[in-house]
Amino acid sequence: MTQINVRVDGVTYTDDVEPRTLLVHYLREQLGKVGTVIGCDTSNCGACTVHLDGSAVKSCTVLAVQADGGEVTTIEGLAPQGSLHPVQKAFHEMHGLQCGYCTPGMIMASVDLLKENPDPSDTEVREGIEGNLCRCTGYQNIVRAVQQAAGEMRGATNGHVSAADVDIAAAPHVVGQS
Amino acid sequence: MTAVEDRPTTEAPEREVGKARRRKEDARLITGRTTWTDNMVLPGMLHLAVVRSPVAHAKISSIDTSVAQEAPGVVAVLTGRDVADEQGSIPCAWPVTPDMVNPGHPSIAVDEVNHVGEAVAVIVARSKAAAQDAVELVDVDYDLLPAVLDMEEATGQDPDLCHDHLESNRSFHFVFDGGEAGTGADTDQVFADAEVVVSRRFVQQRLIPAFMEPRSVVVQPQGDNYTMWSSTQVPHILRIMLAMVTGVPEHKLRVVAPDVGGGFGGKLQVTPEEVISLLVARRLGKPVKWTETRSESLMTAHHGRDQIQYIDIASDREGNVKGLRCRILADMGAYLRLVSPGVPVLGAFMFNGIYKFDAYRFECDGVFTNKTPTDAYRGAGRPEATFAIERIMDELAVELGMDPLELRRKNWIKAEEFPFTTVAGMTYDSGDYETATQQALELLGYDELRAEQQRRRESNDPVQLGIGFSTFTEMCGLAPSRVLGSLSYGAGGWEHAAIRMLPTGKVEVVTGSTPHGQGHETAWSQLVADRLGVPFEDVEVLHGDTSVAPRGLDTYGSRSLVVGGAAVVNAAEKVVAKARRVAAHLLEASEDDLDYTGGKFSVRGTPGSEVSIQEIALATFAAHNFPEGVEPSIDADATFDPENFSFPHGTHVCAMEVDTETGMVKIRKYACVDDVGTIVNPLIVEGQVHGGLAQGIAQALFEEAVYDADGNLTTGTFVDYLVPSAADLPHFDTGNTVHEAPGNPIGAKGVGEAGCIASTPAVVNAALDAVRHLGVRDIRMPLTPERVWRALHDGGDGGDRATAGTNAYGGAQTETTAGVSTPQSALGGDR
Ligand code: FES
Ligand code: FES
Repeated sequence: MTQINVRVDGVTYTDDVEPRTLLVHYLREQLGKVGTVIGCDTSNCGACTVHLDGSAVKSCTVLAVQADGGEVTTIEGLAPQGSLHPVQKAFHEMHGLQCGYCTPGMIMASVDLLKENPDPSDTEVREGIEGNLCRCTGYQNIVRAVQQAAGEMRGATNGHVSAADVDIAAAPHVVGQS
Repeated sequence: MTAVEDRPTTEAPEREVGKARRRKEDARLITGRTTWTDNMVLPGMLHLAVVRSPVAHAKISSIDTSVAQEAPGVVAVLTGRDVADEQGSIPCAWPVTPDMVNPGHPSIAVDEVNHVGEAVAVIVARSKAAAQDAVELVDVDYDLLPAVLDMEEATGQDPDLCHDHLESNRSFHFVFDGGEAGTGADTDQVFADAEVVVSRRFVQQRLIPAFMEPRSVVVQPQGDNYTMWSSTQVPHILRIMLAMVTGVPEHKLRVVAPDVGGGFGGKLQVTPEEVISLLVARRLGKPVKWTETRSESLMTAHHGRDQIQYIDIASDREGNVKGLRCRILADMGAYLRLVSPGVPVLGAFMFNGIYKFDAYRFECDGVFTNKTPTDAYRGAGRPEATFAIERIMDELAVELGMDPLELRRKNWIKAEEFPFTTVAGMTYDSGDYETATQQALELLGYDELRAEQQRRRESNDPVQLGIGFSTFTEMCGLAPSRVLGSLSYGAGGWEHAAIRMLPTGKVEVVTGSTPHGQGHETAWSQLVADRLGVPFEDVEVLHGDTSVAPRGLDTYGSRSLVVGGAAVVNAAEKVVAKARRVAAHLLEASEDDLDYTGGKFSVRGTPGSEVSIQEIALATFAAHNFPEGVEPSIDADATFDPENFSFPHGTHVCAMEVDTETGMVKIRKYACVDDVGTIVNPLIVEGQVHGGLAQGIAQALFEEAVYDADGNLTTGTFVDYLVPSAADLPHFDTGNTVHEAPGNPIGAKGVGEAGCIASTPAVVNAALDAVRHLGVRDIRMPLTPERVWRALHDGGDGGDRATAGTNAYGGAQTETTAGVSTPQSALGGDR
C-alpha cells in the first residue's frame, strides 16, 4: 500500500492505495465518485476522462499514485452544485447525449478542447474528441454542443449558468414537422 | 386580429407534441449523478469474476479449482458441475419452427464448451480484484474438438459438428412462400417465365452491439426474496425468464433496470451472467455483483447480423420486377439465446422492401457454429433484408442499364395505393416514397454531385465519386400479439401504462417500456401534458422496476412510443373519462354538457363554471364530496396491443469518394428523409436517426467481428473492433415527411432503428457506383481500404478482412491461422 494525497473536486483526501490501483478505480471505489465511468480496458473509449492538474486524462491510464499531490476534477465537480458549466448546458440544449454513458468523459474532454481552441471548426471538434467514443448520438449533436458552448464561453466572462436556465426555446437546427 | 383569437382566457396551452423539449433525463447524466448498476455498493457485497473458455470447441476433461479456492479473499469457486442441477438452460423464446433444434444452453458449461469465452467457472471473492486474480488459478483441461466456423461448410457435405450430440449443424429451416401463403404467385413459375434474372451472394458480416456501458448485475437476497439490478433493456422479460430458469418464484423476484447505458438489442437478453449472479446470491445468501470488462463484453455479450444471403431477382426487360427468391444462412453461433432464431425470421417479411413483386419466396437455415451466439442488434432482421433488396435493385439496374432510382420508382408502391398488402402478406400503413425521395435529393444536392461524378470519371481522377440510394421501409412497433403468436414467439407484444393523479395535482406515469437512452421520460411527459392539460414539468415518468411498473414488455424493435406511448395516451383518456364524472358532480351539470380543454372542465354556455383536473385530483383524494356509487379514484391504466405493425419509410442518399490509389473511402455527403409518422419530439427523433445512421454506416465501413481459424475473436477490444469516432463520421443532413400511422392514437411509426436499417446499403451502393466503371462488381463489408483496393486491383469483392499476417490482423498468428483467409470472389454470379 502506498499513501497518496490528492484533491478531488475541491476536497482533500489522504488514502492508502495498492500501487496497481488505477485512478479511475480509486475515484469510483474509494471515493465514491461514480459519475466517472469505465467503458473499456484498452484506453480507447474516453468514458473515464477527468482533469488532472487542469488537463484531460483518461483516468484508466493513470495510476492513482501518479495523482499524488495533484488536483483532480471529475464531472461531479466541474461546476458548483446547482449550476452547470457551459459545456454541460450545451450538451443538454443541443441533445448531445442519449444514454449518457459517454457523457461525463465527453464533457470533460470537450472542456479541455475548448481551453486549447476556443473557436473550433466542425472538423477540429471531431478530431479533438476522437479519443472519446459514443455509441448513441452519431456525434453530430455533440459537435453542435461543443460549438455552442464555445460561443457562449467566448461571449461570457466564463461564469457558470444556473441549472434552472437550461430549458430554453427550440434550437434553430431542429426540423419541424412538414 | 380575427374573431377566433379574441377568445377569453380558456385558451389551451401550447401543444407539447411536436415541441423540441429538452430532455428531463439529462440533468443527472450531465452532472454524473447517475445510477449505473456498477455504481451500486451494498454492505457485505461479494464480487464475481468468470473463468472463460480459451478454446472454441472441446470436452472439459477436468477442472481443478483448489488453488483458486485458497487464494486470498476468495469465498467460493463454482463450476458448471456444481450448479448443473439448478442452472437450467438460457431460454430461447422463439421456436420459429415446430422442429427447431435447441441444444440447450447452460449458463456455466458442464461437459463441453462451444465457443471461446463460454463460462466454465465463477469466482466469488471479497473484492473485484481478488476475484479477477483468482481466475488465472483455475486449471481446466480441454480435449479439443474441431471448431465449426464457416456456415457454408457447416451446411455442406459431411461437416464437423458444432454440437456432436446433434445430427447436423442446422437448428431450423424456415420457409415463407408467397404462393403457398396465398399472398403471391408461384415463385418458380415466375422465375421460369422471367426475361431477366440476377443472382447475387451477399455477406452480412458479424457485428457487435457494443453499447457503451458494459453489462453489470447486482443481486441482493432478502430472505427468500431477491432483487436484481441489471443493465438490461428488458427487466420484465428478465424477471419472468429468471423465474422459469432458476425456479425462484416470480413473485419473490424483483428486477430493476436503473440508468442503462445503451443496448441496441445487445441488452435484450437473459444472460448467463445474470443467471449465475442469482444462483450465487441464492447459494451464499449474500449480495453479489458482476461487471464485465470491455473485452469480456465484446467476446461474450451476444453478437448480431451474420448472414450469407443468396438473392435472385426476376424482372422483364423494361425493369418491372416480377419475383424475388431469398435463401439465407443465418449464423446462430453456438447456442440459441432469447430471440436468436427470430431475428432472421423478422426479416422474412421485409426482403421485398417497398416494391411490388408478383412472387416471393424466403428460406432460411439457422446454423450453429462455434462462435458467440447471435441475437438482436438494432434492426434485427430488417437491416439484413433491406441490405439485400436495396443492393439487388442496384444490381438489376446495372444489368438492365437503367438508372437505379428510375428502377425503384417504376416498382415502388405509389402514395395513393396505401394501405397496400405486399407479396409477403404485410399491410403497409401509409407513406409517400416519391416525396421523401425528392426531398432527399434536394438535401443532397443531387444534380451537382452527379455532374461532379461525370467530371471525375472523364478526367480519370484518382478519387472517384459515387451516389447510392436506399429507399427503404421497415416493420416497427413490435408487435401485434396475434401476429407474434402466429410466428410462434413465446410472448405477446402489448404494452402497459398507468397514470396516477396525486392529491397535489402532480402526475405519475408508469410505463412498462423501459428506456436506456431513448428519452421516454421526456416524450411520455409531452404526451400526458397534452392529453391531461397539465404542465410538462408536473409529470414524472416511472419505469424500469418490476415492483413499480409491474407489467411491461420493455424497449426494442422501435416499439416504445408506438406501443408503450399509445398505452400512456389511452390511460390518460381513461383518467379524463373518470374525472369527467367527478367534474359533472362538482359542477352540478351533466357529463354531456362538459368541455375539457387545457386541463379544465367547464360547462358549455356557462362562463366561469369550471374545475381543473388538479382540483378533481384533490377532491378525489379527500373523497368527501363524490358522486354516488363511484369509487374514489381517477387513476387509470391501459394495455395497448396494436392491430398491425407500423411501417416507417424513407429515402437515404449517400455520396461517396473512393480513392482508387489507396482504397480509402470517404462519405462526401449523406442526406436522408424519413417518415416516422407523427413526431412527438423532433430533437429526440433527429437524435435517433443520427445514432442509427452512425451504426448503419459503421457496418458498411468499419465494423466486423472477425474470428481466426481456431475460433478466437480477433476483434476483442476497441483497438480492433472499430466503433467509429466523431472523426470517422460525416455530417448528416436529415429531414422528415409525416404520414401518420393509422394504427395507434399518436400516429407515430417508430424511429429507433430507421437510420441503422436504411443506411448500410446506401453507403455500399455509393461506393460501388464510384468504381463500377473500373470493373468492380461488389465489395464485401466493411469497406476497409484493403478490401476496396483489392477489389479494384485483384477483382472479386476484396476477400476476407484482416488476413492473417497483415497489419490489420488483430490476433496472434499461429500455424493454423497463417494464410487461411485468401482473397476469393464472393460473387455468386448469375445462376
Ligand atoms: S475506460 Fe478509460 S478509455 Fe475507456
Ligand atoms: S450517449 Fe450513449 S454512448 Fe454516448
